[in-house]
Amino acid sequence: MPTVNVDKNELFQALGKHYTTDEFRELCFEFGIELEEDTSEKEMASKEVGIAKAEGLSERPILKIDIPSNRYDLLCHEGISRALLIFQEKANSPPYKLVEPADGHVQIVIKPETAQIRPHVVGAILRNIKFTERNYNNFIDLQDKLHNNICRKRTLVAIGTHDFDTIKGPFTYEALSPKEIKFVPLNQTKELDGEELMNFYSTDKHLGKFLHIIRDSPVYPVIYDANRKVCSLPPIINGDLSKITLNTKNVFIECTATDLTKAKVVLNTVVTMFSEYCEQPFTAEPVKVIYPDGTERIYPDLSPRTMTVKADYINACTGLSLETSELVTLLKRMSLSAKDVEEEAKILVEVPPTRADVLHACDIMEDVAIAYGFNNIPKTLPACATVGKSLPVNKFSDLVRREIALAGWTEVLPLILCSHDENFAYLNKKDDNLTAVKLANPKTAEYQVVRTSLLPGVLKTVRENKKHTLPIKVFEVSDVVFKDNSFERLARNERHVCAIYCNKVSGFEIIQGLLNRIMDMLDVKLVSASDDKKGYFIKESDDTTYFPNRSADIFLRKGEAPSNITKKIGSFGILHPQVLENFELTYPCSALEFNLEEFM
Amino acid sequence: MSTTEELQTLVLTILDAKGTIPNTKDLVASDNKEVDQLALLGALKSLSIADKEMVKYETIEEEIWVLTDEGNEIADKGSHEAKVFDAIPVGEEGIAISALREILGETAKIGQGKAFKNKWVIKRGDNLVRAVDSIIDQTRIDLEVIRSTGTHSDPKVLFELRKRKLCDKHKVISYSVSKGPKFSLTIEKQARDVTFEMLQSGEWKTANFKKYNFDALGIPPSGGHLHPLMKVREEFRQIFFEMGFEEMPTNKFVESSFWNFDSLFQPQQHPARDAHDTFFLKDPAICTQFPTEYLKRVKEVHSIGGYGSTGYGYDWKIEEAQKLILRTHTTAVSSFMLYNLAQQKEFKPVKYFSIDRVFRNETVDATHLAEFHQVEGVIADKGLTLGDLIGFMNTFFNKMGVKNLRFKPAYNPYTEPSMEIFSYHQGLGKWVEMGNSGMFRPEMLEPMGLDPEVRVIAWGLGLERPTMIKYGINNIRELLGHKVNLTTIQNNPICLF
Repeated sequence: MPTVNVDKNELFQALGKHYTTDEFRELCFEFGIELEEDTSEKEMASKEVGIAKAEGLSERPILKIDIPSNRYDLLCHEGISRALLIFQEKANSPPYKLVEPADGHVQIVIKPETAQIRPHVVGAILRNIKFTERNYNNFIDLQDKLHNNICRKRTLVAIGTHDFDTIKGPFTYEALSPKEIKFVPLNQTKELDGEELMNFYSTDKHLGKFLHIIRDSPVYPVIYDANRKVCSLPPIINGDLSKITLNTKNVFIECTATDLTKAKVVLNTVVTMFSEYCEQPFTAEPVKVIYPDGTERIYPDLSPRTMTVKADYINACTGLSLETSELVTLLKRMSLSAKDVEEEAKILVEVPPTRADVLHACDIMEDVAIAYGFNNIPKTLPACATVGKSLPVNKFSDLVRREIALAGWTEVLPLILCSHDENFAYLNKKDDNLTAVKLANPKTAEYQVVRTSLLPGVLKTVRENKKHTLPIKVFEVSDVVFKDNSFERLARNERHVCAIYCNKVSGFEIIQGLLNRIMDMLDVKLVSASDDKKGYFIKESDDTTYFPNRSADIFLRKGEAPSNITKKIGSFGILHPQVLENFELTYPCSALEFNLEEFM
Repeated sequence: MSTTEELQTLVLTILDAKGTIPNTKDLVASDNKEVDQLALLGALKSLSIADKEMVKYETIEEEIWVLTDEGNEIADKGSHEAKVFDAIPVGEEGIAISALREILGETAKIGQGKAFKNKWVIKRGDNLVRAVDSIIDQTRIDLEVIRSTGTHSDPKVLFELRKRKLCDKHKVISYSVSKGPKFSLTIEKQARDVTFEMLQSGEWKTANFKKYNFDALGIPPSGGHLHPLMKVREEFRQIFFEMGFEEMPTNKFVESSFWNFDSLFQPQQHPARDAHDTFFLKDPAICTQFPTEYLKRVKEVHSIGGYGSTGYGYDWKIEEAQKLILRTHTTAVSSFMLYNLAQQKEFKPVKYFSIDRVFRNETVDATHLAEFHQVEGVIADKGLTLGDLIGFMNTFFNKMGVKNLRFKPAYNPYTEPSMEIFSYHQGLGKWVEMGNSGMFRPEMLEPMGLDPEVRVIAWGLGLERPTMIKYGINNIRELLGHKVNLTTIQNNPICLF
């Protein structure tokens, strides 16, 4: 969820009211944004980097506001103040309009090579804009917010804004080899070619993170003006030539993209937000984009989309019974102008270019509910009668958990992810690459594999509780995961039982006693390995996790003779001293682990 | 040393004869030894306890001066300086210093200085010679006084001798004893417990039972313990069962991006699908089995829309959907269940729930772990309303003991409307977020094949947060994972919402 910092005084001035923090929080709550903090630049910095470094920063109050991540129109002061004024019926939604130029459209010609790297460009011009220091900062901040959110850190869309009076159309959008592109980047003095530029910005805190988007491409996207001056090298940086200043009158906006839908949304957002400061507010001059195949398109498209929504649908979803006229009034507060199509109990909604989040009638329905107030909607209960039911494996393992706890053992709940070593080498096991699911992008070595055994987690829990009085008797009943090609997701969970006894003596008989007890409670009889009766039996094993000659495998024989099946379901024994050392344990431990699902 | 019984008899006998014992330090035991006051206290206590009251006693605190071992030796045999004087023969010749050392050892060294200072001896060449005819060993006299009286009339002397570590001040506690209201010469033996033998013999009818100390704690039981998080999970399960919910098969941690994201109408460029938030798998990395027709419809609704939606208008890629991940929410399972519901011939309303582990590639801190438990509920029926969702949330959270709910508009790619659920927290004095809820979008439900009339309301919350609030735990790592303290697990109270 993006957080926007707005100047408190400026916002309250725009809203025509000085709110207390609580009042403003309430307003935000109702509208669906969230006042995170009432603070200042200095206060924020002193929290992040310490009071000393925050010295000298502005103490001007700032409101940190959380914005839903699909509301790009609320990512700046202009958008928030406009939407809140409309929500409170203190203003009307402005009509966004294009003003056709008298002497033909400014053109952007796309060269076919751009298809290799960043195929789309859209543009617009804001005429006779009046920048102040404050709205100029908002202008830069909005681009930053858009870049970080909908533009996915400039991978999908990158915005370039230029002082139109320093450059000259028609523009060309090309893709050239890095060496061929030479210009002075924004706020620099030296001309660099594409390659030099990559080196120059490789350590730049702000721009460094965007270089990867094009660095290894044989061609870099670039926008030239009619005099072959470089306007921008998207998505990295603009040229210094067309730099915007507080004196800039006419602003040329271009958005290059790999996703055309998002480029249009981004362009519309910048245009609708900052056309507020144009001589003719809420107007923009369109630009003509000429595609390699000769197709021509005019951008931006500020015309509202129309949607017809049935009043019945809205009422059925919300549980309200509103007339179409009431719907129109409510939607107006959400910046959606609607018309009553009375005879059909429908409304015709005009979705302005600011509201790219509206995809379906359900979005209109939600806006009605927000304007009505979620907390004003009459509370009802679903009428359907259904029968409760537990998942068998969960019910079964809950019964077993209870029996183990009743037998005097303490339940622990370690993590499911662990390191590769913990799952294998620490247990004296080798990875055959056939069992464990492995992670591709963990942030730490603590999370490399999904456990195939409950032992590592329980052992780590014992390790972290060295100060606890002995004996330590702990257990876990939970899932491990195995790779399994017979499943759609190529892996399956398996419910295991694991227990560890830790004391000054190994307690082999104690862990064996727990096994016997669980089996008794599962009504599974101890049988002989050599006959064919149903039940469980144990057999000495040479499992490397355990002390030599002090471990056994657990077998379960199911079904009636002679067609019964015997399966190894687990093992127990005294843990090998090397395993203890690997988990930094100094006292002897006995362990038990088996697959519970075999009993279901 | 006398036994408690002997001491009690001694005290009772004297009291019987004399009425009071002014100070127990003067008591002499039957073996003619001094009475140990600490042992006596035990005896007095048991004679004076509330239901016995055979004697009354008061504590007498006295300070006395006691000789140290060295002080005792001087009192017995004389001071070091006196010994030096005594060792020097009468006459002009005296004794060689080395000879003196042979006789007296260490004492020679310690005593010489003081003897010089007292002008008892003088040095002549290598010899020491008496300077006076006779001496008075004042140190010894003073120590003898202290030993017999426990003090000395001159505080300066006491101070000086203490400095020389010859005596020290001790606190001595003794008691004055008098008869209690139930004074008697014989002590009745009190029974401590009801025993098998007493029941057999009938002795319990006449026995005098020792008063039980109800202020002491009982003996802790040695049973096992369930984990607090699982106790809270159990309580949530009960709520769901009481309200007719069926548990979903969430026992599959590995999920495809398709079911975790795409089927939920979560666009492929959504930040949640970023490697910073989701654990992708290296092995196995992708899966290719999906319901073909459904996959096609999902692709369409994302890229070009449908079912009344404009869609997201982007190039939907199967490769993204195929990526295997650790599920980031149990809603992946809800989605799968709703798809299965849509494949049934006849629609029947359902209520599903699950409480299970989910995974996020988060940086770990006090409130975030890479794993946590999600509680999720889903109701699908024709004609459900937002009012139903709000009403149901009130009922559900009331069962948890959470009242005063408020709903804030929010955004979630697969629900519309989306509501965050807030409740007023008395302790924090503010509204805190309890969970998320909403109605699943038609773009999610209709491609599954569900009738457009079928609406699905759903909500979710973390299991850890209410547990941390309930048990006053501030760090999630002390609740879930191996860093938990076993004592904490063992001492957590039951969970009863």
